[in-house]
Amino acid sequence: MGRDTIVLLGVNHKTTPLAIREKLALSGGYEEPLAALGRLDSLNEYYLLSTCNRVEVLFTCSDVQLARRQVLDMLFAGRVTRKEVAGCIYQHEDEDAIQHLFLVASSLDSMIVGEAQILGQLKEAYRFASEKKSSGLVLNKLLHKSFSVTKRVRTETRIGASAVSISYAAVELGRKIFGDLKDKRVMLIGAGEMAELAAEHLVGQGVKEVVVANRTLERAVTLAKRFHGRAISLEELVDQLEHVDIIVSSTGATELILTRGDVQPVMRRRRNQPLFFIDIAVPRDLDPAINELDNIYLYDIDDLNNVVEMNKSERDKEAVKAARIVDEETYKFSSWLENMEVTPTIIELRTLADQISKKELARTLGRLDSLSPKEKKSIEKMATSIASKMLHYPLLYLKSDHHCVDQQERIGVVRSLFNLDNPQKSE
Amino acid sequence: MSYSYLLFQISFVGYLLAMAAYLVFFFSQKNNVRSIARKVFFAAAILHSANIVARLVEAGHTPITSVHETISFFSWSISWCYLSFRWRYTVKNFGTFATVLVVILMIVSALAPHEILPLTPTQRSWLFPVHASLAMIADAFLALACIGGIMYLLQERELKQKRFGFFYSRLPSLDALDKLNQHCLSIGFPLMTLGMFTGYIWAKLIWGGRNWHWDPKIVWSMITWFLYAALMHQRFTMGWRGRRAAIMTIVAFMAVLLTLVFLLKGVGAHGA
Repeated sequence: MGRDTIVLLGVNHKTTPLAIREKLALSGGYEEPLAALGRLDSLNEYYLLSTCNRVEVLFTCSDVQLARRQVLDMLFAGRVTRKEVAGCIYQHEDEDAIQHLFLVASSLDSMIVGEAQILGQLKEAYRFASEKKSSGLVLNKLLHKSFSVTKRVRTETRIGASAVSISYAAVELGRKIFGDLKDKRVMLIGAGEMAELAAEHLVGQGVKEVVVANRTLERAVTLAKRFHGRAISLEELVDQLEHVDIIVSSTGATELILTRGDVQPVMRRRRNQPLFFIDIAVPRDLDPAINELDNIYLYDIDDLNNVVEMNKSERDKEAVKAARIVDEETYKFSSWLENMEVTPTIIELRTLADQISKKELARTLGRLDSLSPKEKKSIEKMATSIASKMLHYPLLYLKSDHHCVDQQERIGVVRSLFNLDNPQKSE
Repeated sequence: MSYSYLLFQISFVGYLLAMAAYLVFFFSQKNNVRSIARKVFFAAAILHSANIVARLVEAGHTPITSVHETISFFSWSISWCYLSFRWRYTVKNFGTFATVLVVILMIVSALAPHEILPLTPTQRSWLFPVHASLAMIADAFLALACIGGIMYLLQERELKQKRFGFFYSRLPSLDALDKLNQHCLSIGFPLMTLGMFTGYIWAKLIWGGRNWHWDPKIVWSMITWFLYAALMHQRFTMGWRGRRAAIMTIVAFMAVLLTLVFLLKGVGAHGA
């Protein structure tokens, strides 16, 4: 009687175009699809994850082919054809499935490697599965392990440390200049999409105020309203420099909007408080010579891209380390899993009993030197038979076809009762 | 070997270990190494204090008379000024730079002869230890300001040139370093002024206003004071900050060092 296979079926942003992913995404929450999976008799334990970049089902079963067919029909039937699904779905079993789950959890499989969101999504998905009690001994242990693997990856590598998008890079630089962004004011020149994105990140860091300057005031007012800020006209720009700290410029203007000569006199009025200019416009809005002034830092789109590239290469180095950690943990988990079968457990139990009786015998016989060989023999015999009698019912419990308790569960109980998984703690 | 000198050597070893740990942290960025470094440094600073007290008991006067004592007292002041700063603020990797300076001073101090010298008649005044220790503690804060200035220039260079190398991730934000500069100056400068003032009264007491000695030590300490006064003035009225303030802090500290050299020359000659 073999152990169930762990199977992972899924689609993600790498294998599946957005057009199909949209149709497959489970927008209605987890309850319904989990209940549907529960009705399939081929599955033993199961769990489901759905984010905007992936849909994955993890389950244990004895007949992989049957289960695969049933699960795919259940989840995706009616949305896309079987052929379409077959083209983009990936399937991992046992060790590969474990590894894949760990990679996903530690964000090595994400679109933006190192982002921290996925762990939260995973935990959320697991919460539903455990509330429904659809995950059992193996999946519970596996998912908990995936959380701790992620934690290990985060503490031992710097994978989540670097900024890998332009807006993030701007925030990171801002922090290196100002320390805290909490009491800083941001001015957006031009109300384009890029400016909006950068402002969103800065507001996420808790900046104090957002000021929007735009050629058409209406657009400025609309954008300012979004960030609870205020709108100004382009003519007031230079005056405003006195009051803001971070300037994001992204207008479509063909000429420079601010020159070195505009900015220099402002510094005196600002009492040299630093200014951070971010110029994401092409062609540039801001005079490159502004960077030459003391306490002023000007970054254009190329500079920011360089920061992003540098962080990417740093992150790729860290990803190699992280992958090594995942491999290590996958190996550990797989060997735990292998032990979760009846035969190795029985062997381990017998060895344990054998070791204990040998050790105790040696101790006792060492003190009794007046015994005849015959007497010694019978004492030895007694010790072995006590040990094997003690094991009789545990072994029977393992082997029998118990109806109310699942076999994996029973193996788990026996292993923890006899402390087979961490013998070093037995002393 | 005297008891106090043994304490000196133990604290010296302690500082060396702390510096090694801080440097390992600086390169590897592993947080657990830093906490070890902090504990070792703290222990070394306490032992160093014990050394100074033991020497005071042994000599019967405040140990700021020989070259060995003066420099040891200087590095002790830096250690405790750093610790007092650390208690209020956190500046990433400041400890690494501070311990390097402390260790350099300890080496110089260890190389100087460490016999206890009898006090000269002029040093017998009660004002002498007050003047000397005030000046030393002031110099310690100014030394920390100088370290902050160096760190500022390193970080500012990478941010301005947009070439992010070794220091970018290891040094704190420019703002934190500028605050460090301001904090250390606004403690160091008043102490220095007080030190100068007590020195003036002391000189008046021993020389009685006659034979005013225009020795280089006095001239340089006045130049130093004016440099810092100018920096403080610019900082608080004109809002000088950042690179300019950092450069000025470093230059002014060079003047402090020069004054110390002249002072120690005098002490050394007296010792011989």
